[in-house]
Amino acid sequence: MSADPAADRAIDPAGSRADGRALDRATHRAASAAAGPAAGSSLADADADADADVGAPSPGPVLDIRDLSVVYRTPAGDVRAVDHVNLALGAGEVVGLAGESGSGKSTLAYGACRLLRPPALVTNGSVIYRGRRVSRPADILKMRTDELRRLRWREIAIVFQSAMNALNPVLNVRDQLLDAIHAHLKMPRDEARERAASLLDLVGIPRSRLRSYPHELSGGMRQRVMIAMALAAEPEIIIMDEPTTALDVVVQRDILAQIVELKDRLGFSILFITHDLSLLLELADRIAVMYAGQFVEIATSDEIHREAAHPYTKGLLNSFPSLRGARRELVGIPGSPPDLGNPPPGCPFVPRCGYARPECRDVDMRLLPVATSRDPDHVTACPFVLPDTPAPAVPSVASGSPPGKLGT
Amino acid sequence: MSEQTLTSAAAARGPLAMEAISLSKDFRIGRGHTLHAVRDVSFSLYRGAVIALVGESGSGKSTAARLLAGQERLTSGTIRLDGKQVEVSSRGDFRRYKSEVQLVFQDPFSSLNPIHTVRYHLERPVKLHQGKDVQVGQEVVALMEQVRLTPAKQFLAKYPHELSGGQRQRVSFARALAARPSVLLADEPVSMLDVSIRLEMLNLLDDLRRRFSLAMLYITHDIASARYFADEILVMYAGEIVERGPAEEVTQVPAHPYTQLLVASAPDPDNLGSALRGGGRRQGPATASGKPQNLDGAATQGCPFNPRCPFADDLCRQEDPALTQISPTRGAACWHLDVAAPELVSGPRRDGATTTT
Repeated sequence: MSADPAADRAIDPAGSRADGRALDRATHRAASAAAGPAAGSSLADADADADADVGAPSPGPVLDIRDLSVVYRTPAGDVRAVDHVNLALGAGEVVGLAGESGSGKSTLAYGACRLLRPPALVTNGSVIYRGRRVSRPADILKMRTDELRRLRWREIAIVFQSAMNALNPVLNVRDQLLDAIHAHLKMPRDEARERAASLLDLVGIPRSRLRSYPHELSGGMRQRVMIAMALAAEPEIIIMDEPTTALDVVVQRDILAQIVELKDRLGFSILFITHDLSLLLELADRIAVMYAGQFVEIATSDEIHREAAHPYTKGLLNSFPSLRGARRELVGIPGSPPDLGNPPPGCPFVPRCGYARPECRDVDMRLLPVATSRDPDHVTACPFVLPDTPAPAVPSVASGSPPGKLGT
Repeated sequence: MSEQTLTSAAAARGPLAMEAISLSKDFRIGRGHTLHAVRDVSFSLYRGAVIALVGESGSGKSTAARLLAGQERLTSGTIRLDGKQVEVSSRGDFRRYKSEVQLVFQDPFSSLNPIHTVRYHLERPVKLHQGKDVQVGQEVVALMEQVRLTPAKQFLAKYPHELSGGQRQRVSFARALAARPSVLLADEPVSMLDVSIRLEMLNLLDDLRRRFSLAMLYITHDIASARYFADEILVMYAGEIVERGPAEEVTQVPAHPYTQLLVASAPDPDNLGSALRGGGRRQGPATASGKPQNLDGAATQGCPFNPRCPFADDLCRQEDPALTQISPTRGAACWHLDVAAPELVSGPRRDGATTTT
């Protein structure tokens, strides 16, 4: 498959300065782009023809992010927050996006939905949306404002990170729900009210809370209201940005179980963003691990759990204490993420990687199938480390943050 | 049986540093309503040992820490520091107390003053608590090296917004250490940080505990981290300690139904089959209900956990069980331990009242 012609066109005129550099990277990444769409085939009939032309209506991933790049324009130069990534989300699929803060996972999701404002700029790529309700696939990055308005909420809804701040404090729950319903669905007033009430039923909040204001609800309830809001117009895709991070484990588990139940009932797809890989192992069908604006590994949850290939994924897996089973040696990941304004050559994980060797400086971060894996969709950016590579004795960097991480 | 007969699993680590005896704290909310945030809570902190206080939001664990830190007045109860009852009646007293007992807050984004540099944050407590004749500059650098913010010179002039979350939390650890305390109360010190950094921070805390033989109270809702980090775990629910015991025992064989719920709720990647992806909720006695607890409602009478508990009966709804000893180091407050945790309670250990039909 060749790169989409749109991939080479800058989305924002102001972004064109970055084009020269983006272009040659795009061409050498075209090969890796092919791995992306085919990977979305675990569910439904998407495997039939994942390579079909973009123009023809065809079964395929509901959301197909190709070669997307986002930069933050700063006086000190561009910060490449998302660097030529490919990701496909199949119908009914739960894809997890894992990574530390600052790895670009939220920027990727918001960039794909055109929710970023300057200084963030989408400089490259295409985001093809194929919903059941739309007649033909369309590139979100090229949509007009009115098309975007129809897409948002109705086709793609977002549950934002902090439920404390995402609800309007001066509107009660019912009015917020009505607001969303009226803005995106044509519906008589009575019907809309009934719908608001049934949305609360859906997420397990008693109808008596319709008139409550956000400050009268617990954190878990607020998060449920956010989910109800996202469901208001029956979207095809819900992007969840750390929806349970601020909640404690019991409430978190309850809400996640509810999300999965709703997903099975209503048949939407989920892009789930979190820094908690252990959560994704239980929840997601596939997991994409992001580091410094690039994917370092994509595979099914089982594959990630059983045979994680990339040293960063391995590090994440060794970071959280397990409650069950024997006590393991916890290793963690020393150091902190690189400065994206001035990324190191080759693999960005080198300074923190226990397996690092001189050749790592020349790695081009292409996602290639893991040699020993039976699953051809299990791809990793590290050409040296395999799932069964023994762990290095001593991490290359002593614990403690390396200095100079912050732009001076 | 009173809990005083229980031996703390942490007692072997070092000498007793601080004792909390029957602490209670009520908040008056609105007219005629009282919230019992902390009810009759007793525990001890030992030098060089970590005690974890585990519970969900609203369980009173932070209030307990604030009581120990002297930030809140006790409604009733006694705090003893090095065997002496704590009475803070003047500012001088409070400062002397503070130089022994320090609190680290959860949120490194709001616990540091955005308009002051790291240097200012650390110089102030050094001057306040270590007297006039100390080399402030050297002391600050030493503190930063202790929390591994190195090279110190590079960080001294930085403002909080220039630091990452982990670095900010290191600054708040250093600030707490500046008073050279014997007791460190850490209120969810890592829960605002990325999973990948948490471990490093816990290792740092563990290192500081060992180096300065700190008596540490680790407050968290993540019982899995308490398993690795703490010597003893106290599980709090609705202001009461419902279970306590050695960390490994409490997490591996939880006795109280609430502890069982906490353990069952923790993500368990080793058990993918029965996980969330199956579509249904996880089966088990502990998932009877995950509804947010209703502090001002049903829980006021009887066992506070009874509205959510799968084993609750009339006895539970009427009388609040006391902490019952299960083994020399373990206790749980439940009328039906014989049903909830039969493997722990062999034979009729308790009074006949507990064995209802």
